[in-house]
Amino acid sequence: MRAYIVKRMLGAVPVAWGVVTLVFFIIHLTPGDPAQIMLGESASAADVAQLHRQLGLDKPILVQYVSFLTGVVTFDLGSSIYTNKSVAASIFAVYPATLSLALCSMALAIAVAIPLGAVAAARKDTAVDRGAMFASLLGVSAPSFCAGPLLILIFAVELGWFPASGRAGAESLVLPSITLGTAMAAILSRLTRSTLIETLGEDYVTAARARGASGRLVLFKHALANALLPVVTVAGLQLGGLLAGAVITETIFAWPGLGRLTVEAINARDYPLAQGCVLSISLSYLLVNIIVDILYAAIDPRIRYG
Amino acid sequence: MKRIMNRREGRANAPMLAGAAVTATFILAAVFAPWIAPCSPLDQDLYGGLAGPGGDHLLGQDRLGRDILSRIIFGARISLTVGFVTVGISVLLGTLLGTTAGFFGGRVDEVIMRTCDVFLAFPGILLAIAVMAVLGPSFVNVVVALSLMGWTGFARLARGQTLSLREREFVMAAVALGASPARIILRHIIPNLAAPLTVEATFAVAAAVVGEAGLSFLGLGAQPPTPSWGAMLAEGRQFLLIAPSLTIWPGLAIMLTVMGINFLGDGLRDAMDPKSKSRGE
Repeated sequence: MRAYIVKRMLGAVPVAWGVVTLVFFIIHLTPGDPAQIMLGESASAADVAQLHRQLGLDKPILVQYVSFLTGVVTFDLGSSIYTNKSVAASIFAVYPATLSLALCSMALAIAVAIPLGAVAAARKDTAVDRGAMFASLLGVSAPSFCAGPLLILIFAVELGWFPASGRAGAESLVLPSITLGTAMAAILSRLTRSTLIETLGEDYVTAARARGASGRLVLFKHALANALLPVVTVAGLQLGGLLAGAVITETIFAWPGLGRLTVEAINARDYPLAQGCVLSISLSYLLVNIIVDILYAAIDPRIRYG
Repeated sequence: MKRIMNRREGRANAPMLAGAAVTATFILAAVFAPWIAPCSPLDQDLYGGLAGPGGDHLLGQDRLGRDILSRIIFGARISLTVGFVTVGISVLLGTLLGTTAGFFGGRVDEVIMRTCDVFLAFPGILLAIAVMAVLGPSFVNVVVALSLMGWTGFARLARGQTLSLREREFVMAAVALGASPARIILRHIIPNLAAPLTVEATFAVAAAVVGEAGLSFLGLGAQPPTPSWGAMLAEGRQFLLIAPSLTIWPGLAIMLTVMGINFLGDGLRDAMDPKSKSRGE
């Protein structure tokens, strides 16, 4: 197992390096002067030169690149050009809000998707199955920027059950979590259905039925337990995706997390902060994928020897 | 028996036909927008600002008194053009790189697939957001940003299929006859990728429509006064309390389009790979 963990982590190093490199070059190799773009057309030459020095843009590109790589490794991503706060500190300050939102969305998605997928599989090709799969397709087709405002309209404005925005107490988590978790619930319910249908055709399920086990026992004890492994794995992998999805959801609900910080940094043309935010979301995604892979290998030994 | 089979097939194809009908409706609306829209999407009527549905404006008017229905019809042009152009570029780039990686293997494969891994390490539309933040909002930049994100899926699919196809007899025969790698890839491998690529491309159009709307919602895509569904939603959010129709109609347009394309994709996948249906996917 230790060998697998080392192998998996070493395998991620080139990808992480590639991500850092791509983020660096997106900013530095695009047409125009980043300092001029950040300060706007009306900025004086002296101000632009000052920002050049502040960001190290006056140094050769290779020196800037090495300095950026060193900064990433030591968590020194520079300072925001507007607040002058450390980028790393700004990110760490909002990270818990995004993580709590992502985890809550994932829990909600799993709680809805698994029963929905199981019922659909157990009643394959019936109206119940078609209804459940239609609901899941609706979920996939409702992007967060459509679902979010509609949820606000119904549950915050009309019914007044939950706050429309901000982060104050558990109830403020409900609408953003539903918005962020809907697509994930839809994907997981389809996956639960398809893996369960496959599992229900296995010999050991037929054997359990032949021994006289009830339909419910076969479904929940024999089939679902085995069908859940890929579902849980995909749920874990989707957690990383939720961090990116938070960019739009947090903007809709004014949720003070990493996604909203990213959009604010981009709108303010605060490149050091925007660069740090994009990098931290991508590297978090990579890290979550590695952790899920390792956990999957720990649960299912066939993976490490495969 | 034949009647029963046909009825069953018809029932199975119903969602696909519904999806195709919805998609076709939006495509026709986009193509014939200047003729079917009740008025220009840019015409302002400041006295009618935020008016509800009724009269000459079936779906109401926005903050500047522009007709919401006309803006939705013209918005379909932006969404679908971005969707189809982005997917066209992604298919071209992804297929060429994927088949090259799969056919040549070795270091070529390593370089292309590791590059693919790097792009895939950016979840959702994050890469597109980063690119748009630097390039600035414009139609071309939206297509560039979404294509940079979209090619990876096609490259992985094409590579996987090519690995299997290159062991097939007709490809081996072409190699033995001295055909160049470019000719083998273009004439023998790529035509055999048409079915899986078509299915993947259908879903990718839906993803690109969502991507464009998402970027416009964040203010990084289409800029005012261009009618874009994402930008309309962003504007509507500010008036959610007093004019919910500003949010509801563009939201419905996006959902219907994406759902129609997804239904079509599901149906195409079942038709081209019947095993996927029996597996319950």
